[in-house]
Amino acid sequence: MTQKLYLYPIWLRIWHAINALMFLTLILTGISLQFSNPEAPLIRFDFAVTYHNIAGVILSINYLIFLLGNLTTGNGKFYKIRLKGLVDQIIKQIKYYMFGTFKGEHTPFPVNKERKFNPLQKVTYIGTMYMLIPIMIITGLALLFPEFIIENVLNLSGIYLTALLHGIVGFLLLMFLAIHVYFSTMGSTPTSNFKSMIDGYHESH
Amino acid sequence: MHKKVLLSLIVIVFFWLSLPATSLVDYKSEPANLESNKHCFDCHSNNIYQYENENTGKVERKAMNPNFVYNPDDFYKGVHRHFACTDCHSPDYETFPHQAELRLEEMYSCLDCHGGDPTYAQFQFELIDDEFHKSVHSTKHDESFNCWMCHNPHSYTNMTRSDFKISEIVSYHNKTCVNCHDNNIHFQRISDSLKPSLEVIHSFLPNYKLHFSAVRCIECHTSQEDTMWVAHNILEKEFAVKKCVECHSSNTMLISSLYKYQNIEARRNRGTLNAVLINEAYVIGANRNIYVNYASIALFFLTLLGIAIHVFFRIKMK
Repeated sequence: MTQKLYLYPIWLRIWHAINALMFLTLILTGISLQFSNPEAPLIRFDFAVTYHNIAGVILSINYLIFLLGNLTTGNGKFYKIRLKGLVDQIIKQIKYYMFGTFKGEHTPFPVNKERKFNPLQKVTYIGTMYMLIPIMIITGLALLFPEFIIENVLNLSGIYLTALLHGIVGFLLLMFLAIHVYFSTMGSTPTSNFKSMIDGYHESH
Repeated sequence: MHKKVLLSLIVIVFFWLSLPATSLVDYKSEPANLESNKHCFDCHSNNIYQYENENTGKVERKAMNPNFVYNPDDFYKGVHRHFACTDCHSPDYETFPHQAELRLEEMYSCLDCHGGDPTYAQFQFELIDDEFHKSVHSTKHDESFNCWMCHNPHSYTNMTRSDFKISEIVSYHNKTCVNCHDNNIHFQRISDSLKPSLEVIHSFLPNYKLHFSAVRCIECHTSQEDTMWVAHNILEKEFAVKKCVECHSSNTMLISSLYKYQNIEARRNRGTLNAVLINEAYVIGANRNIYVNYASIALFFLTLLGIAIHVFFRIKMK
């Protein structure tokens, strides 16, 4: 029997939808820029630059909304972490994903009103939202205004290092996206989490 | 024994790679004609000059023609720093007032001194001359458009063959262009129309100011010769580079011109090892790190493989 739990308020769903759209735009245009080839451009270079810049700015503003939402609503509590026992919890969750789920076992950390994310999700989301995304925003803004980038860092071009960091973190986020989308299919049904993105209700097993 | 030979070879190669190259111009010693040139610079380095009028006995104070004002500091930093003014100009200039017909003296061109001389073969003056004669500066104008229209022999510095930063090279080269193309007085020396606004005609460039400070005009406006240090075949504006990817991708003309030669020169001047470490050239999209690219592609496909295996077991164990 499935239980429905209202976990995703409207502001969060709108934020997530905008974030997803901008994320995809940035990934596609970013790949096109990273592997730009005059003979076969994935997206025309000048278009890719423009869309990448616009999507980057929208995502940055959206990120501020996320921070503000987490500060002013209860959503911030889902990102609070207790270090005690965390490693064991993560191992337990990984074991579930690697073995338990195939045997039809129940998830060791079921979703409820107080726990939206399992420990592995929590650590991943904290790393993504509070480390990787800020690095992307800061390096992205720096590349938009390169005059503020230090010219020479340890005898290497500051712009080169900034772009390199932007590219590396971009690829880490692409990997996050692939895993994130795949894990979304591991709800009570493969599509239930996608429905939650629209109606706000989480379906528990 | 073999180990010792190998070690010695490594040390020799390492030492050779680290050696800086020498310049054709001696920039260290004092300029050879400092004293004799002072006589000329006394008047020709100032906007005002004065002399005693022998007829009236009065000291006259006059404005110097701005085209004949030269900065001694720039001259002594330039490649002709050891020259005496009268090496190129008539010795009759040593008397004042200068005779009127001296203004009609024929000026040397670059090839008059540098053409056919093996000492300067590496600068490819003959090739530069050929390329210049194909360019719009030559085909659209008469013979009065010569080397000196762009290059001032009184301050010429060889930027691409020295240890300058790319930003300094770009700024120096672009000043040569904007000196006429962004200055109506100079522009009208060869044109009856007013100069077009550089800002307006380059408005298609994202962040055009950044492009102007980071890229030389000739990067987009010349036919690039891979063997040439500085391209001189200025093309008609219809043939200028406008596609972003022509610079912002690997194997581009921009990499094959300024940055490539800057790196080669950096290696000559700083030694290979230092130059490999010190690399300020960066073009978004063109300076990708191949290892990061391979690593990211490999990691991404490993991620997809992991997901595919998980999906397989999910279906199989259902």
